[in-house]
Amino acid sequence: MAVVRFTPEHEWIRVEDGVGTVGITDYAQQQLGDVVFVELPALATVVAKGAQAAVVESVKAASEVYAPASGEVIAVNDALVDEPGRVNAEPTEGGWFVRLRLSDEGELAGLMDEAAYAALLESLA
Amino acid sequence: MRYLPLTEADREAMLAVIGADSVDELFRDVPDSARRTTPVDLPMHQDEASVERTFRALAARNLSPASCPSFLGAGIYRHHVPAAVDHLIQRGEFMTAYTPYQPEIAQGTLQYLFEFQTQVALITGMEVANASLYDGATACAEAVAMACRATRRRRILVSGGLHPHYRAVAETYCRFLSLDLTTLPPCWSGDEEPSPRVDADTACVVVQNPDLFGRVHDYSGLARACHAQGALLVVAVAEVVSLGMLAPPGAMGADIVAGEGQSLGNAASFGGPTVGLMATRDRFVRQMPGRLVGETVDLDGRRGFVLTLSTREQHIRREKATSNICTNSGLCALAFTIHLALLGEAGFTRLAEVNHARACQLAEALATVPDVNVLNRTFFNEITVRLPRDAGSVVDALAARGILGGVPLSRLLPAWREAQPLLLLAATETVNDQDIDALVAALREVL
Amino acid sequence: MAVAAETISGHRGLILEEPLLFEQGSPEKCGVDLPPAPPTGDHLAGLRRRGAIGLPGLSEPEVVRHYLRLSQKNYSIDSGLFPLGSCTMKHNPRLNEVVARLPGLGDLHPLQPVATVQGALSLMHTLAHWLQTLTGLPAVALSPAAGAHGELVGMMAIRAALEDRGDPRRRVLVPESAHGTNPASAAACGYAVDAIPADARGRVDVERLRAALAPDVAAVMVTNPNTCGLFETDVQEIAEAAHAVGAFFYCDGANFNAIVGRVRPGDLGVDCMHINLHKTFSTPHGGGGPGSGPVVMSAALAPFAPVPFVVKDGDGFRLVEHTMHAAGKPFGRAKGFHGQFGMFVRALAYMMSMGADGLYQASADAVLAANYILASLEGSLSAPFPGPCMHEALFDDRFLRDTGVTTLDFAKALIDEGFHPMTVYFPLVVHGAMLVEPTETESKASLDQFIATMKGLAARASAGDAAHFRDAPHRAPRRRLDETRAARKPVLRWRPTDVDRAAE
Repeated sequence: MAVVRFTPEHEWIRVEDGVGTVGITDYAQQQLGDVVFVELPALATVVAKGAQAAVVESVKAASEVYAPASGEVIAVNDALVDEPGRVNAEPTEGGWFVRLRLSDEGELAGLMDEAAYAALLESLA
Repeated sequence: MRYLPLTEADREAMLAVIGADSVDELFRDVPDSARRTTPVDLPMHQDEASVERTFRALAARNLSPASCPSFLGAGIYRHHVPAAVDHLIQRGEFMTAYTPYQPEIAQGTLQYLFEFQTQVALITGMEVANASLYDGATACAEAVAMACRATRRRRILVSGGLHPHYRAVAETYCRFLSLDLTTLPPCWSGDEEPSPRVDADTACVVVQNPDLFGRVHDYSGLARACHAQGALLVVAVAEVVSLGMLAPPGAMGADIVAGEGQSLGNAASFGGPTVGLMATRDRFVRQMPGRLVGETVDLDGRRGFVLTLSTREQHIRREKATSNICTNSGLCALAFTIHLALLGEAGFTRLAEVNHARACQLAEALATVPDVNVLNRTFFNEITVRLPRDAGSVVDALAARGILGGVPLSRLLPAWREAQPLLLLAATETVNDQDIDALVAALREVL
Repeated sequence: MAVAAETISGHRGLILEEPLLFEQGSPEKCGVDLPPAPPTGDHLAGLRRRGAIGLPGLSEPEVVRHYLRLSQKNYSIDSGLFPLGSCTMKHNPRLNEVVARLPGLGDLHPLQPVATVQGALSLMHTLAHWLQTLTGLPAVALSPAAGAHGELVGMMAIRAALEDRGDPRRRVLVPESAHGTNPASAAACGYAVDAIPADARGRVDVERLRAALAPDVAAVMVTNPNTCGLFETDVQEIAEAAHAVGAFFYCDGANFNAIVGRVRPGDLGVDCMHINLHKTFSTPHGGGGPGSGPVVMSAALAPFAPVPFVVKDGDGFRLVEHTMHAAGKPFGRAKGFHGQFGMFVRALAYMMSMGADGLYQASADAVLAANYILASLEGSLSAPFPGPCMHEALFDDRFLRDTGVTTLDFAKALIDEGFHPMTVYFPLVVHGAMLVEPTETESKASLDQFIATMKGLAARASAGDAAHFRDAPHRAPRRRLDETRAARKPVLRWRPTDVDRAAE
């Protein structure tokens, strides 16, 4: 059963069988505007929780995407190279950035669940 | 004061709207100790005629290369700039415009920069060029930093034939970025061979064509050696007119070209402002500093141009920017692009041929002067000669005779003992038969 | 407003459509006459170019028409008020252009014998004297090519001075409101950047700055007046606090026009400041350069200033071009040749024309004009900080709340009114910022027209006419351009199409 968690920087991570898929939320893609380019890490890169996992560029801004949890990059979403707009159209599905083999699932405990993230968005409105 | 339109009545009316009694109230946040009540100790205002007189007097104390035989090169070259160029760049809509951040009312600037980028890519044989940098030396330093970013390596190898100013500016940047730059010693005897020194830690090798001494090189072998090690080849071009006749760096396998565009459209102006050029392969475009203009469409479907890929730049990435560069060299790039538009394919080629022919003529004439040795086997429009004594004193003696007889190499390389008797002489299309005769006659006298 | 019906030619009155150079011309045409080149031996190492470059050929009339038509699509300070905050779009005097082109100035080669350029060196020395006197700092590096380049040079000098003490340090403090070049320049010198927030008065939060200061701080970089258009009231305290931990105070001089001739940064405790000759001293912006960014320095930093520099030598001048020939410890060279001499000529001509009294009046008029705009628009727009401001007035987008109109839309509507928009979305410390800098070279009539227009647009937005703003501009040579498309599929040059290639 997949577990979904959120960071205060508007990343999401969906974890199943020790693998976390990472992306940015719908709120984040709206803030960014049209995504024009995504810089993805090399496979086998090891990222620590809170370190930069990717960079997402819109016309007016560039933002770091931070790893919600530590792990090794086992897949990147190559489709974003030709279609960066997927991040805007499908932020939580086809617009995912990287997949990590997590080194410590205990790190997920510190992240927000869906209800807590919804409350965060309320407070920002 | 002719540049200040506000009258006393205007000022009083404006103060009334603001609700202040005097302008001094508006400066109340300035600490008393720092706020002046009288102008600083400098001359008071002057009318145009007086200012012009002062500048004419300053100009009169200089020897103008337009007024005498002149063979100066070493990175700045005297060419004839067509009359139309200077008139067009002084149109207020070009000269007094700002950076094209509001593209709807800046299509003039944006289109000419798009055309400039295309011209630079074409003449260098590369895939993409930016909208210009400050000058050749800083373009070279930026190219080095770019190569390090692209390869994620820190070691740079620089040819002894690179212009010393380009090398010095690159050294400065590398020092502060903790990059490891090594320069090969300038060498005249034999060709330097950097290839064996390229390894898996090398980010790039930097060479120049034609080089500091005017020699022309085929860098294809060096390019292959670099690529075999995953390193990049940076080629500097100090005299763009050479590209009218020579195989371009792109054809030799260069990855980044850093150039000085002053030769086209721009007067020497004591070395500044000029226009830096940078061109590269498509796959490195996101690593390239400076502004980029891209094509797009507007809401009505009409083609238009905008600044693009700006997220690399300082105003968005801040400390993570590819560079701190904020500006390009707009009006100098415009002068370059207009001049090249007037020359076109036929004119650019012909201009290069005339330059080379002049240099051949100069070399032949110098060969008749005893104790003067032309060292180059290859050259485009600049040669190195060896004199029987210190070149600096010879140049001074020539200047006293009203001839600007080239640049002593010791001026650029004061620590290289072999430089003492060496003189750099350039011959562009502005040099005529009488100039060469005068130089030869003067050398015979002086030596 | 409906777009006018297409014409047969594609032109619309004086808005003349102009294709690219590469879409015109033919290879045999040429806009210059050159003599034939006599045949020569091969001295090119067999590297003569094979194949065409692909440049188009045009005659002079075609080239002149091409660029004239392009120029007509540009707004400029010659066209009208250009209220860009922190850019100081003041009038560019034409006398500057005349003197810059004088034979003996415009055509000098940088490497002529020094004895043949004493007038040029004297000019540079005089310019240095004016800059030093106006700023109250004893030394100046003239060579940086632009403001950002000057910042970099200033930070390099600071780092070199600290390294010379054996203590390079690690961090630089930069206000959140700072221009992006500030942290970029610090990073280019190997420093980590810590951002200091603004307080409720729009100034640097001095307590937060004090808390962040420590012996590992190399410098604080402060813009004064700051990017909100306000004078940093605590600037002397900031300088003292920085000096107390052995850090330097770098001042971004972009806003010097507010105080030129009447406040000297040296008197405020500044150690190092770059000056934008193309802002404060009237040299033209050129559509994006060339600029010139000399850096004034304190006595402590002067020994580390880069080469080259001019030195008085008896009755004459010489140039120190190499670190080995310098008395101090220059950190090296930052630019080819000697700096933007053409801009030195223009700036000095402006300084001499204005004189100390003119500059004293200019900063007063610049500040007066900005306050006039602030006071006139306070009722219609929303100003985040109470006045007085300095040379620029800051507004935010609170007045647009619930109108459906953004700062961007408002700016684009201003284009239809015949004005270049003010700076938008900068500084970052307020939401939807609009920063207006009129400068001292606008007449009262020009300011009044701008004020009336801004009031009218604000009223239109409040009245709920969002549609008027959403797709603006309608009357410019181009409508809004698709920047997303330009960034996703970059087309950065013209390429011959297959049709063109087949035709060859």
